[in-house]
Amino acid sequence: MGNEGKKENAVIRLGPKILELLSKLGEIELEDVEIEAEELEIWIPTIAPQVVSAPPTVAPPKVLPEKPTEILRAEFKPLTQKYPGRIVEVKLGATRAEGGSRGKVVKIGGEASPSFYLWEEVPPNPPAVSADVFDMEISLPRALKTHVQEVIGDPAAWAKLVVEKFGADMVTVHLISTDPLIKNTPPSEAAKIIEEVLQAVSVPIIVGGCGDPKKDAEVFKRVAEVAHGERVMLSSLTLDMAEAGVLGEVAKAAREHGHVALAFTAMELNRAKELNRRLYEYLPRDSIVMDLTTAALGYGIEYSFTIHERARLAALSGDAELQHPTSSGSTNAWAAREAWMKLGPEWEPRELRGPMWETITALALLLAGVDMFMMMHPAAIHTVKEVINNMLSRGRSKPEDIFDWVTLKI
Amino acid sequence: MGEATVRKGIRELSPLDIYMLLPRTNCGKCGEKNCMAFATKVVNREVPVELCTPLIEEEKYKDAYVKLREILAPAVKEVVIGVGEKSVKVGGKLVMYRHEFTYYNPTPIAIDVTDEMPENEVLERVKRVEDFAYNYIGRILKLDMIAIRSTSNDPTKFKSTVEKVANTTKLPLILCTFNPEVMKAGLEVVYDRRPLIYAATEHNWRQMADLALMYNCPLAIFSPGDLNLLKSLAGTLQEYGVEDLLLDPGTFPEEGLSETITNFTMIRRNACKGGDTLVGFPLIGVPMTVWLRKGSPKEVLQWKEAYLSAMLISRYADLLIMHSLEGWVLLPNIILRFNIYTDPRKPVSVEPGLRIFGSPDENSPVMFTTNYALTYFTVESDIKSANIDCYLIVVDTGGISVESSVAGRILTSQTVADAIKKSGVEEKVKHRYLIIPGLAARLSGEIEELTGWKVLVGPRDSSGIPAFLKEHWPPKEK
Repeated sequence: MGNEGKKENAVIRLGPKILELLSKLGEIELEDVEIEAEELEIWIPTIAPQVVSAPPTVAPPKVLPEKPTEILRAEFKPLTQKYPGRIVEVKLGATRAEGGSRGKVVKIGGEASPSFYLWEEVPPNPPAVSADVFDMEISLPRALKTHVQEVIGDPAAWAKLVVEKFGADMVTVHLISTDPLIKNTPPSEAAKIIEEVLQAVSVPIIVGGCGDPKKDAEVFKRVAEVAHGERVMLSSLTLDMAEAGVLGEVAKAAREHGHVALAFTAMELNRAKELNRRLYEYLPRDSIVMDLTTAALGYGIEYSFTIHERARLAALSGDAELQHPTSSGSTNAWAAREAWMKLGPEWEPRELRGPMWETITALALLLAGVDMFMMMHPAAIHTVKEVINNMLSRGRSKPEDIFDWVTLKI
Repeated sequence: MGEATVRKGIRELSPLDIYMLLPRTNCGKCGEKNCMAFATKVVNREVPVELCTPLIEEEKYKDAYVKLREILAPAVKEVVIGVGEKSVKVGGKLVMYRHEFTYYNPTPIAIDVTDEMPENEVLERVKRVEDFAYNYIGRILKLDMIAIRSTSNDPTKFKSTVEKVANTTKLPLILCTFNPEVMKAGLEVVYDRRPLIYAATEHNWRQMADLALMYNCPLAIFSPGDLNLLKSLAGTLQEYGVEDLLLDPGTFPEEGLSETITNFTMIRRNACKGGDTLVGFPLIGVPMTVWLRKGSPKEVLQWKEAYLSAMLISRYADLLIMHSLEGWVLLPNIILRFNIYTDPRKPVSVEPGLRIFGSPDENSPVMFTTNYALTYFTVESDIKSANIDCYLIVVDTGGISVESSVAGRILTSQTVADAIKKSGVEEKVKHRYLIIPGLAARLSGEIEELTGWKVLVGPRDSSGIPAFLKEHWPPKEK
């Protein structure tokens, strides 16, 4: 396209205002003007030119090509690509036959194409959702609290609730009471909580730490032992652990007892690669999932969105150190004040605004390539699962369904 | 038009590609020192190539200029809807992924009214669109357009509604009807406002094209679920002389979601990566199609419209037509739009200076952080949610995070010392204890030396601030 075809031979260009004036006059006389030129051509169009975004250029009247009377048929051929890389498939949970006691396992990853490029490839595994459970009373926005009120303080009952009522594929048990600054629950007790949850539900379990690298290491080692063979995911292993000199022992424990590591880094692909390289010393590639950091909608989601797109494209282009499925802590959406704060009547009800915040945070990242979501609000969990299902069932659109949207009476 | 000519992607384009086509006289008329500096700015889209006046004024550069226009043209054409201050630019996308460059022209959101709504309802909806505003990081986020649908299919009624709306608002308009006569009636009263004509279809394309040419307005093509037809119509209408086109491949909610997202993605990819210029036009998403599902409760449809809009903003919609005016539906979407359309090449920053939280006194803690927006708002949120009374000094690091600015020597004991002085916090507290971010721990010695303040190394993540203060504040004498 472009302006290639237009002949532009004006030698002296006049602004549209002047042209407008001139076109009204028809005749002009130049006074007190000295012109130094061998040949002078002043071209005045008969109509005022259109104002376009580029600086004014004066085009002569167009010679219009003959107008088509029929639709000129063209074919839309989607560009398809083959990628040298593929995401490794990671299995979470293990059945009795596999050495654990889970009723079902969840596989994530395995893609050979960017997220939902369905004309290239239907991904082998649907993205999964894990629901959050906490091991102690915590402060929660009301919109979240109302749904779990009854089970706060009872992780096993909480886990049952999210599986049976929220439809979660997995359960993440956050052992925040192990934090030395909170209750400093000892590893043995924390491990008991995990055992209880494993008894209570048959889905795969993710074990969340408190964020203190040394304490998490102690807790994870103990949990790895008591959950031997269950293929839980330890959330998370970090470069802080490496700095504290405990990464190796945790990774080793994960390997010995057949678990998966969630490798967490703070929005920096080079650090993510570095952590994976360290983990490769202890763990097979199919036992590593990456958490590249989820920032809430409004609080940096664009960084999360872009880092996931970049990671996935790099992985598919052959960067082996990034060929791992990714997990998003979408519950982080509630860190945005817009998710829970009173903002005035025009933004109510918060009971819908909050879960929508979590839903959109997750969906934006779903489209950026995330493979599993740690979530909390039942409506958000339900919607994300429904969207995944709709995306992958590849139902046909029916044009007649929307053909008359213009005349729709609401 | 073949697909063979694949334009150099914007990322592959180097300043040298531009430089070679410039006059290379270093005349400085563009305001730059030399042509190479200008070429760099042009390639980064910081200035239009038209600032090089010799290039457009002198005959001998004509071919070069045409070539430059060609290689700088966005993969998705930019179309202007409306006139004057409130006009919107749609499309103009240079890349498929935002990290490849940046996304231009944030997806405008149009809200619908119909020609059968009672007049007061139409005017009330228009007013709500105009008044809609949310202050986000110091920026006012707003809605952009009004879509007027003819549900009556009656030219007189449509004309009268269009006229009323046009008299009430300066917002750009979308006129929606598939009936050319109804469209003409609407256009007659507002063509000088350059509304978007929605839409040409397989059946009415010639009449709609004539209207678009007659009134010089942009034209949308509606071809739900049929990309061959969409592309065919785009090609045909261009041959017909209509240059400003928009494409609506159909927004199918629920079971059609997969095809909707796939279609938007395939089209954008063909335009950006496949040089398929016939589909290199802005895409229209219509999340309000969820309202076709009759019988569902209102909140359910609003919920669906909300997340469908977000998915379309993430996946290549350049314009959205919505029905819900609820704040909880629109707020997450206008914020997502703002976020996705920020320039990934530029860190987002906040004003440096002193922030006061709660009602601190002369014994309250003093902390500092950087003016990287993400860092700042995270710290702010952690302080506020724990109801801490304190002073926070926001140090100017040019919008770089703590970790990076320490590594890059932008955050140094000197910049911290200067920020303390400038903040005036020394007059507000009688102690001299400064809590510094855990990620800046290595600066503690130097800061103590330079400022005379005692340093307490805080947590690496601001979520640890409440626990940190519980244990370390008030400070025990060192």
